[in-house]
Amino acid sequence: MTDTISLPNSLRSQPDANGHFGAFGGRYVAETLMPLIIELERVYKEAKADPAFDAEFAELLRSYVGRPNPLYYAGRLTEALRAKAAPGKGAKIYLKREELNHTGAHKINNCIGQALLARRMGKKKVIAETGAGQHGVATATVAALFGMECKIFMGAKDVERQKPNVFRMKLLGAEVIPVHSGSATLKDSMNDALRYWVSNVHDTFYIIGTAAGPHPYPELVRDFQSIIGKETRAQMLEAEGRLPDMLIAPVGGGSNAIGLFHPFLDDPEVAMIGVEAAGEGLDKKHAASLAGGASGILHGNRTYLLQDEDGQITEAHSISAGLDYPGIGPEHSWLHEIGRVKYMPIKDEEALESFQTLSKLEGIIPALESAHAVAAAEQIAPTLDADKIIVINLSGRGDKDIFTVADALGAEM
Amino acid sequence: MDRLASRFAACKAQGRAALITFVTGGDPDVAATPAILDALVAGGADIIELGMPFTDPMADGPAIELANLRSLGSGTKTTHIFAIATDFRARHPDTPLILMGYANPMLVRGSGWFADQCKAAGVDGVICVDIPPEEDGELGPTLRAAGVHLVRLATPTTDAARLPAVLNGASGFLYHVSVAGITGKQQAAQASIELAVEKLKAATDLPIAVGFGVRTPEQAAAIGRIADGVVVGSAIVDIVGSHGDAAAPFVQHFVASLSGALLPRTQETAA
Ligand SMILES: Cc1ncc(COP(=O)(O)O)c(C=O)c1O
Repeated sequence: MTDTISLPNSLRSQPDANGHFGAFGGRYVAETLMPLIIELERVYKEAKADPAFDAEFAELLRSYVGRPNPLYYAGRLTEALRAKAAPGKGAKIYLKREELNHTGAHKINNCIGQALLARRMGKKKVIAETGAGQHGVATATVAALFGMECKIFMGAKDVERQKPNVFRMKLLGAEVIPVHSGSATLKDSMNDALRYWVSNVHDTFYIIGTAAGPHPYPELVRDFQSIIGKETRAQMLEAEGRLPDMLIAPVGGGSNAIGLFHPFLDDPEVAMIGVEAAGEGLDKKHAASLAGGASGILHGNRTYLLQDEDGQITEAHSISAGLDYPGIGPEHSWLHEIGRVKYMPIKDEEALESFQTLSKLEGIIPALESAHAVAAAEQIAPTLDADKIIVINLSGRGDKDIFTVADALGAEM
Repeated sequence: MDRLASRFAACKAQGRAALITFVTGGDPDVAATPAILDALVAGGADIIELGMPFTDPMADGPAIELANLRSLGSGTKTTHIFAIATDFRARHPDTPLILMGYANPMLVRGSGWFADQCKAAGVDGVICVDIPPEEDGELGPTLRAAGVHLVRLATPTTDAARLPAVLNGASGFLYHVSVAGITGKQQAAQASIELAVEKLKAATDLPIAVGFGVRTPEQAAAIGRIADGVVVGSAIVDIVGSHGDAAAPFVQHFVASLSGALLPRTQETAA
């Protein structure tokens, strides 16, 4: 028998049968949705056991998404940090190039997987929530690919802030529905997507954009995104003949991070850092649910949330729309509590700085989300020995962010 | 018999369904709520559902969502909701009071704290939108140990295979959500409600209340002929929304039209 503090033999065997990752996760949804998510769980189990499902997923990732994307040694960034470090210090930095995927981020991996599940369940309509519009664009893209009708719920404020992505989604044939309720940002778009879903469960599949929501979403999103970690593992063994010493990824809901981390969870020599958005600072407006939140229930799962003493959800803030969410996926809450993954806050201004650094040193304009991970690496690499290896998940490209960045820097476009 | 059971029994003895009315606590503000609750009772409501406001009421349509935001915007806290409930219990010792809301505000201080507060305030039952039977362990056992019902919901998607799971541990009454959707204007066809209630009655002895989309005396009367209780929410909340802290008389007038419609025919003609 195990006692309460001992850990399972494998950290990769979560969640349990009821969708719990330790004390987190679960299925906190209205009764109307329960039969559907139980059916989704059944279909997903079946699909996982079906080699044809896996083969089709793998083929689309290859021929449509453009996988495998490279693991790139960022030599100029590494050398620039070594120049500032003590002698013998300055870890070697690699970038996992998710930004080279079709549509420019990791989001598409998950959308392809879920669209295949939707088709398997006979659903011809898909919906999604989106903040920056990255997940919305990825969903609209797979909807076009699979010939499905697509509605994207997007906070009215974000529709204003992210006009190019709104137009992209429309070009792809999706209907973009501005959400005016609440704070008119990502969490409200998720509320309205859930409201629509509960009213249209019979013919609609909800493509959730991150590793959160009611079971089985956190599990299946993680599984679809795990291609990131699997490729990284093989590519690192090929390049260096060993595993990396540290993985660093930005965490909004946590899908790109868990996708990179999960295949390495049982390798104790690999350290992992999830980077939360500290916005203007942890004592001001931020989006760091682990550093500045507490366990609670929202959007179908128990997880860390930004909330007040009455359990009212407080507004998140990050310069990066993709990290601007008051919660985090339940598996991260669990990995945080057991200490397997460390989470580190990075502020808006630090991310802005790294956005420019990576652009100038490597010729790669990162998404503001990814720039948070670059900023964390810039702080950590100089403290590690030069023979250590870090992998940063470059979850997306920064084209979508040039307006925000120009604005923040006070630059004329 | 507890308050809920005796009220359902009393209504049954009068040959009519119980009228269950919903308003959001603290809408438009904490000071206005007691008069609105009194208006519900004066208008003939049998059971009161008091909504606990939440920032993210994802099972509610615009009417109740706005009520939640009005309430929170005017500074309503959870302690105010329990104070409103305690005072209501003092003024109306026999009228069952149900708290309705979402899991996070209920559980943020632990289910033990919440159950103790409910018990102390004289709350008879709780409806928690986002705790399905699968997650009952979060809230159900502590509430039941405190003598407070956790009311279960059955919906159009709850099929025969799933119904036993919903009924297992259900108490107080069974709430039939008549539309697959959110609270508000969407209405179910009378025939589909009749079919659903028939199936539920075959499966449980608990009283069955029907809600979601019931807005008029005519609808209430039609549903009242087959169900043990009729729940009206958004239509009342709309009145509060348009009249603010002067809403009480308008609420009472509207609720009286609903309760009048639920009276059995014999009494109706005698009156
Ligand atoms: C490029 C990029 N990285 C990261 C994120 C954060 O999401 P997640 O934590 O699910 O990976 C987003 C979300 O929009 C994104 O667009």
